[in-house]
Amino acid sequence: MSGKFARTTGAVLAAGLAAAIFAGSAGAEEIKLGAAVSTTGKYSTNGAHTTNGYNLAVRRINEMGGVKVGDKTYELSIVYYDDESTPARGAQLAERLISQDGIKLMLGPYSSGLTKAIAPVTEKYGVPMVEANGASRSLFTQGYKYLFAVLSTSEQYLSASIALAAEMAETQGKEPSSVKIAMAFENDSFSQDVRAGVVADAEALGMKIVVDDQLPPELNDMSATLTKVKALKPDVLVVSGHAKGAATAVRQIAEMKVNVPMIAMTHCDSAQIIEKFGKDANYTLCATQWAPTMTYKDDVFGSAGDFAKAFKEAYDYEPPYQAAESAAAVLVYADALRRAGSTDPDAVRDALAATDMQTFYGFVKFDETGKNTAKPMALYQVQNEEYVVVAPTKWAAAPAIWPVPTWAERDK
Amino acid sequence: MLDNIQILIDAPPLLVQVLLDGLLVGAIFALAAYGMALVWGVMNVINLTQGDFVILGGFITVSVAQAGLNPFLGLPVAAVLLFGLGWLLYRSVVYRVVDKDLFISLLATFGLSILLQQLMNQGFGADVQSVRSGLGTWFALGGLVTITQVKVVAFATALVIGALLVWFMKRTRMGQAIRATAQNARAARILGIDTDRVYAVTFALNAAICGAAGALVVMTWIVHPYLGITYTVRAFMIVVVAGLGNLAAVIAAALGLGAAENMAGFILGAEFQLAFVYGLLVVILVWRSWRLARERKVLR
Repeated sequence: MSGKFARTTGAVLAAGLAAAIFAGSAGAEEIKLGAAVSTTGKYSTNGAHTTNGYNLAVRRINEMGGVKVGDKTYELSIVYYDDESTPARGAQLAERLISQDGIKLMLGPYSSGLTKAIAPVTEKYGVPMVEANGASRSLFTQGYKYLFAVLSTSEQYLSASIALAAEMAETQGKEPSSVKIAMAFENDSFSQDVRAGVVADAEALGMKIVVDDQLPPELNDMSATLTKVKALKPDVLVVSGHAKGAATAVRQIAEMKVNVPMIAMTHCDSAQIIEKFGKDANYTLCATQWAPTMTYKDDVFGSAGDFAKAFKEAYDYEPPYQAAESAAAVLVYADALRRAGSTDPDAVRDALAATDMQTFYGFVKFDETGKNTAKPMALYQVQNEEYVVVAPTKWAAAPAIWPVPTWAERDK
Repeated sequence: MLDNIQILIDAPPLLVQVLLDGLLVGAIFALAAYGMALVWGVMNVINLTQGDFVILGGFITVSVAQAGLNPFLGLPVAAVLLFGLGWLLYRSVVYRVVDKDLFISLLATFGLSILLQQLMNQGFGADVQSVRSGLGTWFALGGLVTITQVKVVAFATALVIGALLVWFMKRTRMGQAIRATAQNARAARILGIDTDRVYAVTFALNAAICGAAGALVVMTWIVHPYLGITYTVRAFMIVVVAGLGNLAAVIAAALGLGAAENMAGFILGAEFQLAFVYGLLVVILVWRSWRLARERKVLR
């Protein structure tokens, strides 16, 4: 009796399996993308934003019928590994994805450091990598041919704030060269790139840098730097030190009542400065790659706002720009595959190099080094405990509030 | 560097600001350092998980604040929970290394430190966390000097905890047992002291102190799963300077370190603030070994 039962179930299972395989091949074949993204370690939060962005785009593209390459239609899927937030592990996993799992198209990891570790591997095997979370300028000075980045590079992060400071000086009838800048940047490759961008712009405009402190990665106290800022009364204070830097700066500027007419920083949203510090975060200018209120659009997600809505529905939180740019990387791949008419890595690579498209995330067009030169950075300002786009003027929802009211006025 | 000194000469109140900030944060270092001295002196274990206990205390306070409670309530909660954790760690790992070579205990606690970091990363996430105390700022010297009230509270709390510890060590049976064990564990055992239990209490007490320090840290600065090491290093340094078993010296060294490092951060630039701490550590170690060598010569 039981033997018969087992045989019957076996047969049913076998039939089911055959049907499943048949259905699989009758539907669409798959193009497998590979990615090593941090799900553990210090980048686990941003790693999750990255995978969520990738997954949402893949799901949406597959729902819309997949990608037509030549005369075949493929569905996309992604093979993930956890790089544990360590560059050595990332490189190892890239090696494994390509040589063992047969991945021919790679998506980027999270962070410049990891991208830097993986790029030589993809380059060695001639496998294209579209990355969305490695902004460091040094990635694009190595002569890599298979690396493409959809995001703006790091030296552009805070340039807009320097331009804004010059503009504000002019409205006051002052020369831009009268502007004094205080800088506090973490001592890591990303923040130092941001610093290089600010220094270059300041020099071009003849501005004077009065404080130039470099924060060590473990530092969680900026009071010495801020005391200096108080003494030297600069017109702009720029800070970049990942989430730690932003959180520490916002907190201590408020506690020490440091009055500066303009304060700009990076990583406000990953530091959750509004959620954590409420009105103390007001007036802070924040560099962002993307904002849901921008008017870019494409035919996969629709507008930037539509993407934000779809993301919120899927993952139950507002998409940070890290998620948006990750989704955009997948769109760029789909577009390049379509145009290449082949899944051959070199054909796709050439198609990627010729990319010229609009996505909900912004325009994408790569220069010969592989960085996207078609999309500007934007600046948010925290106004009434909300992020409001204030630059570039094309998407500005409101003008920037300048100068920042003094703490005496704010505390009234 | 010279222009930074010039600022201080031009505006002396800023000197007050820099030193005051340093002194106030020094008190928090003192707590972690005193715990380290306790464990080191009593058990001959250099505990490298100090900083991670501090960070964990911070995360617990974050959870308390997120539950809608007053963040200051996080201090006792963190202390109690970490007391439990310290006890557990002693009973599972640390008891095995108490009588062993110092190197073994370093390895064991280093391993625990990595484990704690990863668990915190898993449990609380890799985000930077901080808690608003809801306190304000005082002004002094014509508004040039700002005194953050929460730092003053942290300073006072650290001193109160220090005083409680002194009382505990001097007046309670357990405190006396701990001191006896520190002096001579074998003799203490012969006199009927359960040294194993003393060790467990010592280690747990240390964890509790660090947890309390963590609650103060998260209200003053920020916490992150991987920031523990800075507290471990500072605690180590303070203990090396102050020696074991002298609370007053520990507090003095901690305040001095806080002030000196903040001063260095101001004059040399923030990039040298921690470099200064590590540099100072090297100088102190060299000086101590030189002095010890001289003492040995005299004894001979």
